Amino acid sequence: MATEADFRTRLQDWLPKLVLAPSFAVTLLFVYGFILFTIVLSFTGSKMLPKFTWVGFENYEKLFALPAWNTAIVNIAIFATLYIVICTVIGLMLAIFLDQKIRGEGMLRPIYLYPMALSFIVTGTAWKWFLDPGIGLERIMHQWGWESFSFTWIKDGEMALYTIVIAAVWQTSGFVMAMFLAGLRGIDNETLKAAQIDGASNWQLYRRIVIPLLRPAFLSAFVILSHLAIKSYDLVIALTGGGPGRATEMPATFMYSYTFTRNQMGIGASSAVIMLMTIAAIMVPYLYAELKEKK
Amino acid sequence: MAAVTQDTAVSTGRITRTFIYLVLVLFALFYLLPLYVMGVNSLKPLNEITGGNMMALPSQWTLEPWRSAWSTAQIGVEPTGLKPYFLNSILMVVPAVAISTIIGALNGYVLTKWRFRGDTWVFGLMLFSCFIPFQIVLIPMAVVLGKLGLAGTVPGLILVHVVYGIGFTTLYFRNYYASFPTELVRAAMIDGAGFFRIFWRILLPVSGPIAVVSVIWQFTNIWNDFLFGVSFGGTSQPMTVALNNLVQSSTGVKEYNVHFAGAILAALPTLLVYIVAGRYFVRGLMAGSVKG
Repeated sequence: MATEADFRTRLQDWLPKLVLAPSFAVTLLFVYGFILFTIVLSFTGSKMLPKFTWVGFENYEKLFALPAWNTAIVNIAIFATLYIVICTVIGLMLAIFLDQKIRGEGMLRPIYLYPMALSFIVTGTAWKWFLDPGIGLERIMHQWGWESFSFTWIKDGEMALYTIVIAAVWQTSGFVMAMFLAGLRGIDNETLKAAQIDGASNWQLYRRIVIPLLRPAFLSAFVILSHLAIKSYDLVIALTGGGPGRATEMPATFMYSYTFTRNQMGIGASSAVIMLMTIAAIMVPYLYAELKEKK
Repeated sequence: MAAVTQDTAVSTGRITRTFIYLVLVLFALFYLLPLYVMGVNSLKPLNEITGGNMMALPSQWTLEPWRSAWSTAQIGVEPTGLKPYFLNSILMVVPAVAISTIIGALNGYVLTKWRFRGDTWVFGLMLFSCFIPFQIVLIPMAVVLGKLGLAGTVPGLILVHVVYGIGFTTLYFRNYYASFPTELVRAAMIDGAGFFRIFWRILLPVSGPIAVVSVIWQFTNIWNDFLFGVSFGGTSQPMTVALNNLVQSSTGVKEYNVHFAGAILAALPTLLVYIVAGRYFVRGLMAGSVKG
């Protein structure tokens, strides 16, 4: 009898860990084990299938000598910068404007937010045809009488990247708005009233007091947007397919095509490792700070 | 925290307010534009798109593009329409969402109410997995799914989505349960209630709001996923991959109206979820982001 009770308390002690264990094991294997596997592959001469012939840093040397990879790096830098900055500016502006006792806020908010519910493939399809000079915007303007209007970015190697920015900003800026709006609603009104009594103008009020108080929202927005930017695979595929030519190649599309269609698995793996390292450089300090704070 | 509905203290003049309304309405039009373009042009015969104006309402309304997108359009090599792929997506998304949400709830419960040495590390490792670029796991995942005989199957996709979804669901439930009074759990323990009993009788009944967040988040992410679908979908490709195949097909005439109808079909489930339960989702997420 005593041993049975003993067994049951012991089981109760172990049960929580037993419940958590499968998730933790799966994470260790499918996330960290797989990361390790890909890192190992990036040092091998794998082509179509994984094989374990050690080649040292050869894949990385080849990778950075490839024009396609360099295009991808430049593109992601331009895309990520514009995407993050424009989304933040639009999101902050809409949040501040919506916070001015706006009639119809309840109607506007879902309109700003719904694009976030869509797949990038849907977004890409809609914008691909809307920006197509043959049937979309350019033609619409011509038919409305603006004969000289020209908008051929999506077919233009120099400009196609910016159409991806347009579609991506369309999709996520409303979500950023929601984050800032939550931040604004959390600010204590007394602080603002006191500043106003001291004679601060609206502009000063926002620049000196409100925007500095939104720091956590800025940080969350930055982390989420940079994470989405580096993962941007679907949107590029749906909107431009990486073209025209290779004009809109990104690390995500590069990795996929080198690994699965060009049979250069070693190089593909090394590009994935570079992507992971970039994300980790942003995410790890952020998560560390978050977890330490909450502990 | 201050009340969510409080008015702002800033006062604005008439001209400024007009300007603000103007900007807000212009942006609303910008966000609605693609939806309008897709909707209007999916109800037109093709010649009204190629020979007419995309912004114009149909002069001859038709449901033919929708019928074609659903059941007869050429997807890849088969003229099956999007219907079988829609079913694939449903078969994939329902179990994947259910399983990952249940696991997330149990994990969140353990990580907040049965804390142990190193639990923050365990959580941290699981949390980081939400943010990895999935390119880093594509190759080994393909190998493992092949070995398990799950490559190109719906169960394979379910496995992938559960594995990479539990980080987020655990995060949601952990943050939510963290604010639930631990004293109540202690009291129940003293009364002799066990691990599952406490979860079932005390935590679960109050989990509604966060379960909604978790389900919407997982549903949207998994339904909208393209990368895993295209990499591991094989003959069981989900809706997003099929839509992309439909739109990118290089053979024959580009049926823009069918593409738009297909795009709306692919968007419909997540839009519906968003319309029905979106308010709770935003509320839940906002609560999280204010805290974070």
